[in-house]
Amino acid sequence: MKVLYFAWLRTKIGVATETVDLPAEVKDVGALVEWLKTRSPKHAEALANSKVVKVAVNQEHVPYDHPVSTGDEVALFPPVTGG
Amino acid sequence: MTVKVQCEDFDVGAELAAMTRGRTSIGGVTLFVGLVRDMASGAAVSAMTLEHYPGMTERQLEAIEAEARARWPLDDALIIHRYGRLEPGDQIVLVATASAHREAAFESCHFLIDWLKTKAPFWKLEATPEGERWVEAKESDDSAAARWAKDA
Repeated sequence: MKVLYFAWLRTKIGVATETVDLPAEVKDVGALVEWLKTRSPKHAEALANSKVVKVAVNQEHVPYDHPVSTGDEVALFPPVTGG
Repeated sequence: MTVKVQCEDFDVGAELAAMTRGRTSIGGVTLFVGLVRDMASGAAVSAMTLEHYPGMTERQLEAIEAEARARWPLDDALIIHRYGRLEPGDQIVLVATASAHREAAFESCHFLIDWLKTKAPFWKLEATPEGERWVEAKESDDSAAARWAKDA
C-alpha cells in the first residue's frame, strides 16, 4: 500500500510517502492509523491525536470506518486550509 | 466549466473576458478573489506557502464544481487555485460563476468558496517573525460550509 503524508504530518514523520506491507488484520482506516503509529516514535507522535488526522482513500475523503486494502492509495493529513 | 491548479498568477480581467466572450445568454458573473493577508492570528505574515495533493485537488474541485452546476442554473463556472510560495497581496484563488440571473451567480460562488475551504486538499504554511507555522483549520469554515448542506 502507498501511504502519503501532507503538511505537518509530513514534516513530523519525515517522509512524504512510503510503501507499506499491510498486515492481514488491518481492514479499515482506523486500524491502519493505529498500525502506522507502531512504525516509529515519529509516526506515533504525529498520529497521536486522531481528531486532527484526516484520511483520503484513493483521493476521496473517508471516515475511519472506511475499508482499506493493499492496492489503495491512502493519504493522511491535517484538516485542510485552502481558499 | 474549468478547474485549474497552478503555481502561476492569474489575470482576473482576462478570465472574465474569456468566460463571457460571445455568450450573450449570461446575465451576470460573480467573482471571488482570495488574497494573502499580511496579518494572521495577531502575527505579521511575510509569506505563505501552499502545499496540495496533486490529483486529489483536481478531483475534489471538479466534484464541487459539478455539485454547483447541479444545484444552480449556471452558464459557466471557473475555479483557479494557486500553490507554492506567495506573499501578502498575492492572489490565491479565483472562483467565478456565470448565470442568466444574479441570484444563481452569487449563491453558487459563495457555495464554491465555502465548500472548497473544507474539501480541497490544500495546506497553508505561514512565515512569521517567530518562524514558520501551519495554519489551523477554523471551525467557522466548517459552519460556513455546513449551511450549504442539503436538508436530508
